Amino acid sequence: MVLKPSDFRVPEVYADWCPGCGDFGIMNALQMAFAELGLEPHQIVLVSGIGCSGKEAHNVKCYGVHTLHGRTLPFAMGIKVANPNLEVLAIGGDGDGLGIGAGHFVNAGRRNLDMTYIIHNNGVYGLTKGQASPTLRLGVQTKSLPKPNINEAINSIGLAIISGFTFAARSYAYDVRHLKDTIKQAIQHKGLAFIDCLQPCPTYNNVTTKEWYAGEDRKDASGKPQPRLYKLEETGFDPVVHDWAEDFQKKMAALDKAREWGDRIPIGVFYKNELEPTFQDRLTSRIPFYMQRPPAKQKLCDENGFSTVDLSEFMKELKTS
Amino acid sequence: MKSVVKQERMALSGDEAVAYAVKQSDVDVVAAYPITPQTIIVERFSEYVANGEVQTEYICTESEHSALAACLAASVTGARTFTASASAGLALMHEMLFVTSGCRAPVVMAIANRALSAPLNIHGDHSDSMAQRDSGWIQLYAENAQEVYDSIIQAFRIAEDVDVLLPIMVGLDGFTLSHTLENVDTLPDDAVKQFVGSRKFPNVLTHEGKKAPFKLDPETPMTMGPIALPNYYFEFKRQQEEAMKNALSVIQKVNSEYAKISDRSYGNGLIEPYRLDDAEIAAVCLGSTAGTMKTIVDALREKGVKAGLLRLRTFRPLPIEDLRSALCNVKAVAVMDRCMSFGGHGGPVFHEIRNVLYDADVRPYVVNYIYGLGGRDTSPLELRSIYSDLQRIVAAKRVEKPIQYLGLRE
Ligand SMILES: Cc1ncc(C[n+]2csc(CCOP(=O)(O)OP(=O)(O)O)c2C)c(N)n1
Ligand code: SF4
Ligand SMILES: [Mg+2]
Repeated sequence: MVLKPSDFRVPEVYADWCPGCGDFGIMNALQMAFAELGLEPHQIVLVSGIGCSGKEAHNVKCYGVHTLHGRTLPFAMGIKVANPNLEVLAIGGDGDGLGIGAGHFVNAGRRNLDMTYIIHNNGVYGLTKGQASPTLRLGVQTKSLPKPNINEAINSIGLAIISGFTFAARSYAYDVRHLKDTIKQAIQHKGLAFIDCLQPCPTYNNVTTKEWYAGEDRKDASGKPQPRLYKLEETGFDPVVHDWAEDFQKKMAALDKAREWGDRIPIGVFYKNELEPTFQDRLTSRIPFYMQRPPAKQKLCDENGFSTVDLSEFMKELKTS
Repeated sequence: MKSVVKQERMALSGDEAVAYAVKQSDVDVVAAYPITPQTIIVERFSEYVANGEVQTEYICTESEHSALAACLAASVTGARTFTASASAGLALMHEMLFVTSGCRAPVVMAIANRALSAPLNIHGDHSDSMAQRDSGWIQLYAENAQEVYDSIIQAFRIAEDVDVLLPIMVGLDGFTLSHTLENVDTLPDDAVKQFVGSRKFPNVLTHEGKKAPFKLDPETPMTMGPIALPNYYFEFKRQQEEAMKNALSVIQKVNSEYAKISDRSYGNGLIEPYRLDDAEIAAVCLGSTAGTMKTIVDALREKGVKAGLLRLRTFRPLPIEDLRSALCNVKAVAVMDRCMSFGGHGGPVFHEIRNVLYDADVRPYVVNYIYGLGGRDTSPLELRSIYSDLQRIVAAKRVEKPIQYLGLRE
């Protein structure tokens, strides 16, 4: 059965984001990506954190898990390890993933599970009324801040690459087509994929707005806005590591691109390496039947409720007399 | 009693009352992380900081765990510190709560009481702070925004008393108090400043054999919260318990001293009996519910029913003697819990009250009402039914169902 994006809608749930919120674009892109990849709702799990972004899990038809603030990745990792046949996407806010949950972000990189993590980068804690999030730059003052931000921002793409994510990309909530293509690439990537999704928050972030990204404050002589976003793929940038020998160079090039911000902001894929074994590969090297019989497919007990594990040999070893 | 200072009446929500009290209490360090329904507290306070109205270091941390860690660190250097949280935020602090009380750091924290996940719920109940019952923090629960304001000011005095030196949390019911605007009479800044005073430190013997104030200071190096294995750990814990016992009299003293400047007091600071002297039936509750309960008691009294109420203001340390003497002459007591103790025999307040009454010469009948979880509204009619139940219990001379759920679909 071929599904349409509309088949991933959840009409009975009212999406209560503010009008014009970038989260709508991300929702649409997810639905389109799932449809184009020929996925069905029962094959997908969306694991979300707490924040406005966390509501994505309610608004896309698939398995949804709305977790705790900052704990998106551990839930997603548990699900993926238990059932590696599911398409697992973790999704959450920049506060959720790069502040309170930053430890999980870094440690997820060490495992390289074959799943996708999308951060809604809006520069604020949207749900709690606009405090500075870890992606807001030093000195920037959004609406709710009484003084300019005293903290420097985390470079999420850079952090992902040095933490071991094997795919790092950026997209934009209002360029739904680009975001949809990026999500598709992230899902198809063999390994842990990260997408930093620029997401305007019209209610609390009056600095990095849709107009700002579109460059409406900097028009050329003819009055045409000069957009700030540009696509890496249109510059001939090759993010793919074809051979371990070029990994260092590719990483350095990606980190260099990740430093760009301000008048020129790259979107697209920064880094991609499928040579690194995934966590599933690593588990399979220890448990050869892991992919065929992962924990989710193992019977815990027989029809009578008795354990299917035979402990008698083990118990014999413990006998003392 | 006549108030000695002129007060200003302000319209404040419970959260704003907290922020205003903290503003007046000359706090050195505030570190916090936002969470509904507490956010307004730190939001307002950050405005005071930004406007230069306070001389406080304000640290926006990336989680509650870090917020309390920052407060603890500041507190042990001698700084007066404040933080606020609720629900999952307080739960995330769990580990740090024990470190704070174990280091005897008098951190003051407001808790806008809220339910815990799952399922996700942002509304009021007492599950969050009750779950931290044994963390070594003093716990006060306020009835209205006025008491919230007064209790925060008192909290600094209680926590920092040299015979106590324990952290303290002041609970205000999420939304019912945190977000509802009330008239609050506020003291002048200098009156609060004078009442709270500056931090005092007991003298202790450092490892260099010097006598020095109990705070971290490079001039008089000392170790706090060090490792204590089976040889000493137990004694540390016993001292914390002693400090809790000392807090009982300190809370009463602070309550009456505060009354002198404000003309306001809350029972003896520990419990607030309401028309309890000659009561035959009585309820025990915490927090904002007491407001409604008092009007019900009044209505019953008009009808000649000898009903009374005991509001437990100080849950930790538990005022054992006060509770027993206040309740021992009542025939039947209803204990109200806005929290579950899953698998236990009733809610946490019920455990305490029944336990306390075990040593009474004549034990009243005791029944537990669990109510208002996740912000479930409890109507005056439902609350009133508690007293009718108590009347039936007295008449029947037995408690048929000791654990009851109020306003629940079953
Ligand atoms: C442990 C804990 N602390 C605080 C909160 C309150 N809280 C809910 S969402 C949020 C921040 C949301 O910001 P972000 O993660 O950037 O998501 P956004 O709303 O911007 O999508 C906070 C602090 C919580 N739910 N749990
Ligand atoms: S507050 Fe911002 S992020 Fe949240 S729904 Fe509104 S616009 Fe979107
Ligand atoms: Mg955000």
